[in-house]
Amino acid sequence: MSLMRLALLSLWNRRLTAILTILGIALSVTLFLSVEKLRTGARESFANTISGTDLIVGARAGDVQLLLYSVFRIGNATNNITWESYQDIAARREVDWIVPISLGDSHRGYRVVGTTPGFFEHYRYRRDTELRFAAGTTLDDLFDTVIGADVAKALGYAVGDRIVVSHGTGRGSEAGHDDKPFRVTGILARTGTPVDRAVYVGLEAIEAIHVDWQGGGRVEGLRIPVERVRNMDLTPKTVTAALVGLKSRITTFRFQRFVNEYDAEPLTAILPGVALSNLWSLVGVAERALSAVSLMVIVTALLGLVTTLLASLEERRREMAILRANGASPRTISVLLTAESGLIALAGALLGLAFLYGLLFTLQPLLDSRFGLYLKIDAPDLQDCTILGIVVLAGIAAGFIPAWRAYRRSLADGMSIRS
Amino acid sequence: MSNSEHALSIRGTAFAWEGGFGLEIAAFDLHARERVLLLGPSGGGKSTFLNLVAGITTPSRGQIDVLGTDIAQLRGSRVDRFRVDSFGIIFQMFNLMPWLSAIDNVLVPLRFSRLRRSRTGDARAEASRLLGALGIEKTLFDQRAGTLSVGQQQRVAAARALIGGPGIILADEPTSALDRANARAFLDLLFAELEAAKAALLMVSHDETLADAFDRVVRLDDIARVTGNPEGSAAA
Repeated sequence: MSLMRLALLSLWNRRLTAILTILGIALSVTLFLSVEKLRTGARESFANTISGTDLIVGARAGDVQLLLYSVFRIGNATNNITWESYQDIAARREVDWIVPISLGDSHRGYRVVGTTPGFFEHYRYRRDTELRFAAGTTLDDLFDTVIGADVAKALGYAVGDRIVVSHGTGRGSEAGHDDKPFRVTGILARTGTPVDRAVYVGLEAIEAIHVDWQGGGRVEGLRIPVERVRNMDLTPKTVTAALVGLKSRITTFRFQRFVNEYDAEPLTAILPGVALSNLWSLVGVAERALSAVSLMVIVTALLGLVTTLLASLEERRREMAILRANGASPRTISVLLTAESGLIALAGALLGLAFLYGLLFTLQPLLDSRFGLYLKIDAPDLQDCTILGIVVLAGIAAGFIPAWRAYRRSLADGMSIRS
Repeated sequence: MSNSEHALSIRGTAFAWEGGFGLEIAAFDLHARERVLLLGPSGGGKSTFLNLVAGITTPSRGQIDVLGTDIAQLRGSRVDRFRVDSFGIIFQMFNLMPWLSAIDNVLVPLRFSRLRRSRTGDARAEASRLLGALGIEKTLFDQRAGTLSVGQQQRVAAARALIGGPGIILADEPTSALDRANARAFLDLLFAELEAAKAALLMVSHDETLADAFDRVVRLDDIARVTGNPEGSAAA
């Protein structure tokens, strides 16, 4: 009879305790790996908010602030870019495409973004994924609007519905441009990014709804009808920011320097990836806290394994003594105990991995659709394997403590227990 | 080895537990193929005597010569290996692995003794033969030892001690849980197998009625002296 068979039969004899220990380790491993997947998934989803854009240009501001208002629609710009500067930048030979963004209005709590149809063509997220229309088409008429997936779902809008844009960005700012309603012509497919939570109108439309406004308020007694507005010059005077795609990535830093040193007005150009990374480092404390918690879970599970093994050793002193009396050396007993704890840890680690994939397959579509959190389902990577390896090694190491105690105990000590 | 040769020879051996209780053995001999009953009262040091002989406890002084080797001089895994090569032990509480089958329990010593394994040939066949010879029904061979009756467990323990032909069988009150008739029947079966295996038997007991079945009866009081108080010690 091999030692392994002896270990397996002994484990089978204590299967309830063993199964509970294995389950404890498995759940801890699942929790740890899930938190790691969520953490990396959240970071990747965050980093994938925008891609394919080489530079974001705005008025002179900090990197993170520019990123927050131009991409995440959080906060406001301290200043705008003049239309002349925008045109000048757009005309540079390095520029492949440029998409303006004009912010300042809202619709029932959702930011209104004044832009061009180019936005839907050039904006990319999650590894160069294009925006897609779930229904309808892009902007065509002056008072057309395209809405994000969250807006459509939350407010129950469909293509053809009419909506009114409010002046300002507060939730209470419902009064505003009710004389110039927009028609929903398109609803974007879900992206899991801030794109889902915005209302898109033409850049000229932003000018159109403000022709009878001045200094943040409607000019008393002035109401210019839509028909007259259509014939007016609606060239914007300013834009809030611009997304820029360059013909060659090699020119990125040179072009960034050109914008940052722009003579006509103080401007800032940021690399979205770098700014995203800076922003993520600000929320990195929470990420590290999450890692620490999951690490503690694993440590607790391994302490549980040691406790279980030590408790079972007390029950098994006689079993060990019988083996010793029949010729098993203290070293053999130690190997037996260490192999047993290693087997328990291995079974726990593998079961934990199986639980993880079960969870991933079950929850991935839900997390993507509800929270915009896309978790990749890949084969276990090096980090996963390292964690599993550490759990198994820690399990074997945990077996050293009862093994050492068994080694130190004399044979007579075990034989003196009466069953 | 002739019958007159020593299978076991003890000279001037002493051992003391932590609490002060101890045993001093002046001299004791067990000849090859001899069946000796060592009589002594409960708590009188009989188990300590057997533990010393088997190398389970190490004496503080003296010599315990087993089949030509002084077991008192062996240390670590060498004593474990020597024990399983030289002795078959039937414990008072049988000490079977309750979760192993009867036949797997019999096979345990062969896992650790190359010598006994080499003497056995087909291990499972020999284990089955021994179990059968000791009165265990074939249907019980694969049954977990923990589910067997006391009498059946005792026979499995005897088969485990006999497998592989160790030179000496040590038995610690193996009949204490049996009535007189069953104790006799068990001894008859054991002696038949001892004869076949040409092994010596040293059995300790407090039951004087068993004396006539043995070649020789030795009283522990005559060969050993108990020192200290057994009640205050770790084991007796």
